[in-house]
Amino acid sequence: MSRTTYGKYGKYGGQFSPEVLMPALAELEEGYEKYKDEPEFLKELNYYLKDFAGRETPLYFAKRLSKKYGTRIYLKREDLVHGGAHKLNNTIGQAILAKYMGKTRLVAETGAGQHGTATAMVGANLGLETVVYMGAKDVERQRMNVYRMELMGTVVNPVESGSKTLKDAINEAMRDWVTNVVNTHYLIGSVVGPHPYPMIVRDFQSVIGREVKEQIMEKEGRYPDSIVACTGGGSNAMGIFYPFVEEKDVKLFAVEAGGSGLKTTEKAALHSASLCTGEEGILHGAHTRVLQDKYGQILESSSISAGLDYAGVGPELAYLAEICRLTPCNVSDDEALAAFHELCRMEGIIPALESSHALAYIKKAAESGELGELVVINLSGRGDKDLETVIKLNKEVHR
Amino acid sequence: MNIPEKFEELRSRGEGALIAYLCAGDPTPGATAGFVQALVRGGADIVELGLPFSDPVADGPTIEAASGRALSAGMNPDVYLEIVASINVDVPLVCMTYYNLIFKRGIEKFVHDCVQSGISGIIVPDLPVEESEELSTSCRKYGVDLIFLIAPTTTEERIERILRHGSGFVYLVSRLGVTGTRSDVSQSTTELLSRVKTKIPKAVGFGISNGNQAAEIIEGGADGVIVGSAFVDIIASGKDVTAKLETLARELKDGVLSVIA
Ligand SMILES: Cc1ncc(COP(=O)(O)O)c(C=O)c1O
Repeated sequence: MSRTTYGKYGKYGGQFSPEVLMPALAELEEGYEKYKDEPEFLKELNYYLKDFAGRETPLYFAKRLSKKYGTRIYLKREDLVHGGAHKLNNTIGQAILAKYMGKTRLVAETGAGQHGTATAMVGANLGLETVVYMGAKDVERQRMNVYRMELMGTVVNPVESGSKTLKDAINEAMRDWVTNVVNTHYLIGSVVGPHPYPMIVRDFQSVIGREVKEQIMEKEGRYPDSIVACTGGGSNAMGIFYPFVEEKDVKLFAVEAGGSGLKTTEKAALHSASLCTGEEGILHGAHTRVLQDKYGQILESSSISAGLDYAGVGPELAYLAEICRLTPCNVSDDEALAAFHELCRMEGIIPALESSHALAYIKKAAESGELGELVVINLSGRGDKDLETVIKLNKEVHR
Repeated sequence: MNIPEKFEELRSRGEGALIAYLCAGDPTPGATAGFVQALVRGGADIVELGLPFSDPVADGPTIEAASGRALSAGMNPDVYLEIVASINVDVPLVCMTYYNLIFKRGIEKFVHDCVQSGISGIIVPDLPVEESEELSTSCRKYGVDLIFLIAPTTTEERIERILRHGSGFVYLVSRLGVTGTRSDVSQSTTELLSRVKTKIPKAVGFGISNGNQAAEIIEGGADGVIVGSAFVDIIASGKDVTAKLETLARELKDGVLSVIA
């Protein structure tokens, strides 16, 4: 098969990958093209999405929140997916694909531990050996997820290099894949990495947006004015946005982690807002927008939420932002934390800190009214994993 | 002397090449020129100077740590180019770095600046041939060799494509994995050497650390061996570095010389 495009989204995307992996990427692309529409594969995928993951997830009308902000707000309840986040949609798809392709081992990186957990679940279920790389800093702040992964038989390797967060975990997972490429599938957890990953992960996550399309039609008889999703690598965002990209009247908002301010020191950014503030660069196999210094060294990123703490972003999001099809925005750690508490108290739902960034944008946008009268928020995950972080922060505040 | 001239000279003597790698700026920018001289005294025919990147995905722990030391000591592309310009040796110098540093500087400017400071070739481990058109064009314009890697997993179709685009030498990766020393230099090396049919010199790297391994590789049909992590280990140890670099380079070159290439 000869290809000329190599998964470009405008100028973004591509395959900036070590030679050792190029054949594996081609094999993955061929495998995906071969199986993705095959009835047998789809049957298994849909079975797992329904009976294992618990789809479809509700589109929930948040009555009290709506009243407070004077706009109709729906929450897409990805927090109810097995494991507690949207991540399982993708791991189910990729793991079944890996099995069809004859791979016996999965490696994955994880930030918040949600993707690692979702990988551990499918790994255990499908009987595939599973190894997860996780930044040592994230191992600390997401301990519960480490236990969960280990309970399901996954080996969790803490990564001590660099900033000890997601970016370093991806480096290490790639190194593992380079070494074990023959029997191993690298199950990447977001719409990042070299082609075909951004496409594959987007496609498997698009089930979110497809469901929203039907559900909102049923409930409201029309598409929403806007859709809001938090954006780390961008998989929950692409998943809910993608089926709406052609619906030009639906505004798309990608909310990044504004951390403790949109500033950088010499080696580190105090935030993770690569769409809002990043520059063009090449990271983890893709041409995208990246937090970097003037020489192109990647900056350490920062966020209250481990899952958004990443110096890059999916190339398709960079493209959609460039052509102004989506609006990049950001909220600070404090704003996200306030939104976290607000949802707990007003709706009886404990959101993930990642998803709290999307929620926080409602308040931020309330004044300008830019979200319109009908808003869908992707509630990408539940907050159980974040309780330790939140309790610690509350103590600091009350001291 | 540029890379093709170097290989021509070696070929006329029936000699294989020793290509030595160092991470520039490790442990300090000031140390690098002296280390390069030691390698050349020991017998290195070409020196690859790594320009450290914050996220070196194709490298193992040894070179990753070296990159970290160099970056902490203030390495950046500007300092790198100054170091290169200050090195006074009669062997070709090759820049090895990751694509983002090239991209960020501006591709043509990067190549131009490299040439100005005395670089003859560029290796970019995260730039496959499919993405290399812009860099290729600049390299041709300035007469710099763009050196590509070929791995045990590389298909015949890709080998052909890589050979069409590469120049200077081709870098054969001896085994799957990242850089780092290994006691076994695998069987796949010999296989790979026979699969790659070209007039461009073939150099084998990843895992070579002693004279016997170097001899084996040349015996197997390579035109050169590339040694990196073994030198970087010496620098990391911090003791008698210059003398030990020279000694290891000599051992490796002796290994290479024990076989007629
Ligand atoms: C609940 C939740 N939401 C969002 C994210 C961010 O990832 P992405 O931007 O790929 O959706 C994560 C990542 O771990 C997550 O756990």
